[in-house]
Amino acid sequence: MKFLGYRRRNGRVGIRNHVLIFPTIVCAAEVARMISSEIPGTVHAIHGCGCGHIGEDKEQVIRTMVGFTGHPNVAGVLLVGNGCELITPEVIAGELAEVGQRVETISVQEAGGTTKCVEEGKRLAEKLLTEVSSVNRESVDVSELTLGLECGGSDAFSGLTANPALGIASDLLVAEGGTAIFTETTEMLGTEQVLAKRAADAEVGKRIYEIIAAAEAKAKSMGVDIRGSQPSPGNIAGGLTSIEEKSLGCIRKGGSTTIMQVVKYAERPTKKGLLIMDGTALDIMSNTGLIASGAQIIVFTTGRGTPVGTPTAPVIKVSTNSVTYNKMKDNIDINAGVIVDGKGTLQSVGQQIFDEILEVASGKVTKAEILGHREFDIHSLGPVL
Amino acid sequence: MQEKAILIDKKDNVGTALCQLESGESIHAEIEDYAVDIVLLQNIPFGHKFALKDIQQGEAVIKYGESIGLATNQIRQGEHVHVHNVESQKGRGDKR
Repeated sequence: MKFLGYRRRNGRVGIRNHVLIFPTIVCAAEVARMISSEIPGTVHAIHGCGCGHIGEDKEQVIRTMVGFTGHPNVAGVLLVGNGCELITPEVIAGELAEVGQRVETISVQEAGGTTKCVEEGKRLAEKLLTEVSSVNRESVDVSELTLGLECGGSDAFSGLTANPALGIASDLLVAEGGTAIFTETTEMLGTEQVLAKRAADAEVGKRIYEIIAAAEAKAKSMGVDIRGSQPSPGNIAGGLTSIEEKSLGCIRKGGSTTIMQVVKYAERPTKKGLLIMDGTALDIMSNTGLIASGAQIIVFTTGRGTPVGTPTAPVIKVSTNSVTYNKMKDNIDINAGVIVDGKGTLQSVGQQIFDEILEVASGKVTKAEILGHREFDIHSLGPVL
Repeated sequence: MQEKAILIDKKDNVGTALCQLESGESIHAEIEDYAVDIVLLQNIPFGHKFALKDIQQGEAVIKYGESIGLATNQIRQGEHVHVHNVESQKGRGDKR
């Protein structure tokens, strides 16, 4: 099975051909936005990181920036710094050169202030746009696709309709030799016994128990009941009673195949098939981590409804019920609510999601892309010093 | 015809409302060779759960064939099952 993608010089396959204007430090975020807003056709990503990180946190932020800006959906990247930060454009550019990414760098202090930096940045962005515009799509195998699995604004139908239907689509992709990654470790609490049974080997099973225990320990370390945040008030209104119930519904996105590997947040996997990325349950940070890990496309199920997209990877939104679908049609691509309405089955919606993945991978735009949703955030572990 | 409620696993002691359900309504739910018929004792909002059988205080509430928490008091068949009578056992930093 094939789709039309962009084969990069390093062999990786992208499904979009973006020029990304990326600040490596929050201090340069506004300058990056100004450059991008004056050069239509570019995208940008705003975040609050780049300084004050140490140890594991520093590693994670750098890994995320490198994974995100070196991603094959990005044909060229302009890194914007301030000049005195911990993570300068040069830190990221050095790593990107090793993976063969097309990169330019600029900094506010060196350029001589905002106006000069924006002017110089615009010239570099124009140059990158001209270069990447001559790249064409070519036929590539579906096994080159990595799908990020995400859910947000869950309700009691998430685990009955959209998530199991997405699980069927994941199974179909894995059967074709592709990769599917699910994450949101907090939303695995109470399912470790179910997931570990599906681990490829004892080591993967051990890692599953470890990351879930660590997420629970972190929640407990706050000295309060996790129910203040999980399930969220919207989840509870939707009928979800406990984190266990939410989790059991969440993990159905992963389908039924063997879990081949557990990777860190934003870490590139070495295996194909179904994988787990350790990470937060905050949707925007999850999406960033999934993309940095290599996902070119995300399918996002939602019960209560959510508008979010990402700067570089298309997000296919799947509603769990028809009430939300009818209310938020502008934002939602597929309605899995037809399953409870008796107008579709898990199998038919699962196939519909899989077909949509291939079409979007080949260039069809999603609702989030049309509306310009480009939400972005990095999961910093802190403490920010 | 559209089903009024869904039962996900044979081990489950709760069902989920597929539409707004009223107190006194008769509900039929089934999975494979297992079926239950009950009468609701309370209104059940869309997406919320109700007990398919009596659940004792301290007993696990089962959905997807797994525990989703423990009953904090006795729950009668047909009653609404939610945060007011089920307590999560995970991430309880308040219990040391």
